[in-house]
This record gives sequence, C-alpha cells and structure tokens, in this order.
Amino acid sequence: MSQEVDISFIGLMISSSLVFIALAISSYQKLELGKDMIISILRAIVQLTLIGYILEYVFGVDNLFFTSALLLVIIFNASLNASKRGKGIKNAFYASFAAILTGTSITIFVLVLSGIIKYEAYQIVPVGGMIISNSMIALGLSYKNLLSSFKDKREEIQTKLSLGANIYEASKSLIKDAIKTGMMPTIDSAKTMGIVALPGMMTGLILAGVSPLDAIKYQIMVVFMILSTTTISSVIAIYLTYKVFYNERKQLI
Amino acid sequence: MALLKTSGLFYSRDGNTILNDINIEIQPGEFITVTGSSGSGKSTFLKMCGDLISPDSGDLYYKGKNYLDWNPYELRRKISYLFQTPSFFFESVYENLEYSFTLRQETVNKERILELLRKVNLKEDILKQNIINLSGGEKQRISLIRSLLFLPEVLLLDEITSALDYNNTLITEELIKEISEQGITVIWVTHDKDQSKKYANRILNFDSGQVREEKL
Repeated sequence: MSQEVDISFIGLMISSSLVFIALAISSYQKLELGKDMIISILRAIVQLTLIGYILEYVFGVDNLFFTSALLLVIIFNASLNASKRGKGIKNAFYASFAAILTGTSITIFVLVLSGIIKYEAYQIVPVGGMIISNSMIALGLSYKNLLSSFKDKREEIQTKLSLGANIYEASKSLIKDAIKTGMMPTIDSAKTMGIVALPGMMTGLILAGVSPLDAIKYQIMVVFMILSTTTISSVIAIYLTYKVFYNERKQLI
Repeated sequence: MALLKTSGLFYSRDGNTILNDINIEIQPGEFITVTGSSGSGKSTFLKMCGDLISPDSGDLYYKGKNYLDWNPYELRRKISYLFQTPSFFFESVYENLEYSFTLRQETVNKERILELLRKVNLKEDILKQNIINLSGGEKQRISLIRSLLFLPEVLLLDEITSALDYNNTLITEELIKEISEQGITVIWVTHDKDQSKKYANRILNFDSGQVREEKL
C-alpha cells in the first residue's frame, strides 16, 4: 500500500469551489466574513506556495546550519505572534522566544537522540514547525489568562502581599492557572485523538500511502513531542513574565 | 520619634491629583480614624502606608527609616492592610488561616487560632466550613483574625465594618479596641462618625487630596 500522491492542478482548481460554497453561505447568512475569508484563502495560498519553494530549496541544500537558521526564523515568528496575545506584558516577546527555543531544543534533542528522527531538513523542519506552532498557541492562551487574572484579582494579590507574601507566593495560583489554560488544548486534543478526528500528520501520512499502523507510530511520537514542548514552553514563559506585573518595590503595578 | 511619618506625599492618576503634599506623624500606639468623602484620597493614603503603592514623590518613614530602605516583605508583616471586601484563597476557613503560618514557614498554632476565634464570637466548627457559606460578617472576622495571627505593629483598616450589620460591627470594634490596648497602632478609614468619637485619639480628615486634623 504505497502510492505516489499527485494532486493535479485542475483537481485543485475544482476543489477551490468549496470556498465558493463557504462564501455563498457567508453572504446568505450575512455573516460579513466574505472579505476575511478571501484574504485568509489568498494568504494561505501565497504563504504555502512560498514555503513550498523554500522547503524544496532547504531540503535540497540540507545543511545543518541552514536548517537550524530556518528553525530560528520559525521560532521568531511564533514568538512575535504569541506576544501579540500578551499585549501589556512588557517582555512577552523575549520570554516567548526563550520558552519556545528551550522547549523545541529539548524535544528535538530527545527525538534525535532516540533515533526516531534525523537532524536533516526534511524531518526537522516539519516536526519543528508542528511543535513550535502548538507552543505558540499555548503561550497565547497562557498570556491572555495571565493578563485577565492579574486584572481581576488585584485585591486578592494585594491581600497576600499585605500578609507578607513574596511576589511568587502572591502570584502562585495565577501562574498555575495560566499554565493550565495554555496546556488544555494539547491535553484535550490528545484525549480525543483518533476518536473525534484523525490528526493532521496521520491523515497526511495515510493520504500519502503510508499504512495506518505505521502512521499511528508517528502520531504517538507527535503527541509526546507536542505535550513536552508546550509544557516546557508554557512553564518557562509564564515564570519569565509574571514578574513584570510588579515594580521594583514588589508592588502590584 | 514618630512610628510612621510621611513627608510631602504626592500621588496622581490620569491627570487627577489624589494626594497633594501629605505630611503626617503617627506615634506608637495611636488610634487614628481617617475620614473623608469618596475620592478624597484616604484609601490611597492607607494603601501607601501599607506599602502596597508608592507615592509619585515624597517619602514615608517607619521607625525613622525610609520605606525604600526596608525590605518590602518585612515591612508588610509589620504594617498590615485590610480591605473592605476580604479576599480568600482556599476553600475552607482553616486553610485560609493556615496560610499566614505557611507564609512564615511555621507550624500552625491551633491555640492562637482558637483564642482569636473566641474573641470574635466564632466557634471552632467554623474552621471546617467552606468560605462561600459564611456571612459577610463572618468573612470579615475571619479576615481580621488572619491578619492578627501574627500581630502586626500597625493595623490599617479600610472601611472594614461598612458592609457589616450592627452586631458584627460591635464584635469587630471590640476586637480592634482590644488590639489597640495591646499597643498596636491602628489607622482606620471609616465613614462612621460615632466610631471616630468612640475609639480615636485623633481624626484625620481628607478632602481633595489634602489632610487636616479634626477636633474630637
């Protein structure tokens, strides 16, 4: 059971009619999403085409330095995106970068060490992209939760400070909640994997002709790596950012 | 030497002056009530005394030492601030009281807890109860006890009886009076003129960010 996947250009054009169905529904229901849909589709096409050519080139070069540089660019973009969710957290970008870089490095190191993947562009880039994007989503959610908690629980935090708590003690429950919030989508998706939907990577492998029994092995690895990276990244990012809610005098800003 | 001294405190937010040149000296063991209409700056002043916010300019001194030279955590254990609406962090009353011991890495002194519970007319059973099942008055008394398990040197009270009924107010007042008699300095923001007359040895009246002493 192995066959080449080849989607013809005409086939792709016909499949684009699905977008028109979505546009028609949006227009009929007056959802006012038409413009957003068209922009998102165009962006997806342009971005994917670009990355297709870039990957084709990178995989061809397959240079250790080049692959690592590309991973750093992906981490940079993901950090930028995550930090937008943390608007109001001064060091959100640097914290995100440090967190995702550490989480990704540890996970890739273990995967390479175990021999499951090789540090070669065609394996590292897709695997890196997957774990980095999951970390990005986790951090975005964590930041959002942290910001609203620090806003809503001012009196609780100040009461703790007044009882003599240090800023870590005063923020402990908020830190915990923020990390948990970031991790929830990863945990929920792991719980329903295979029951609700076949995950993207597995679907891709099956469509590409890989046997489902081989595909699940990859998917299990994906669950491990996403869980580890999001956990490491969320913990690092929140521990690096909660302090910015206090001034030098250890008062809540 | 004054126990607590403020010098030229100035504080503004969003273009509004909240405190304007506040100079006060408070002696050890004083019982001071702070009055004024809402927005007059009294709560801001109290929070500043509790080291929860800092002035834009001016200085605060505790025992002659500038607040900035004190370790904030050490200072806040000496000067304890209580909010009008108490906050709790755990489900049971016991866990919330235990927190004061946990912060100091000390074993729980059950005797001390029971002694304070008796003083505010609460029975031992309440320790097992969930905070959400307590009345407003019980919550405020538990919050007060939590701050008194380790006696502070100064107690800052921000309208803590304003939402309480007559009986709960009386019980709370009695405990504060007793604390004051032990030599603890009390600074109490209150709207109740009777409370001021009954307990205070000085009344500070805030008006548009300025303070003047009111005659008793």
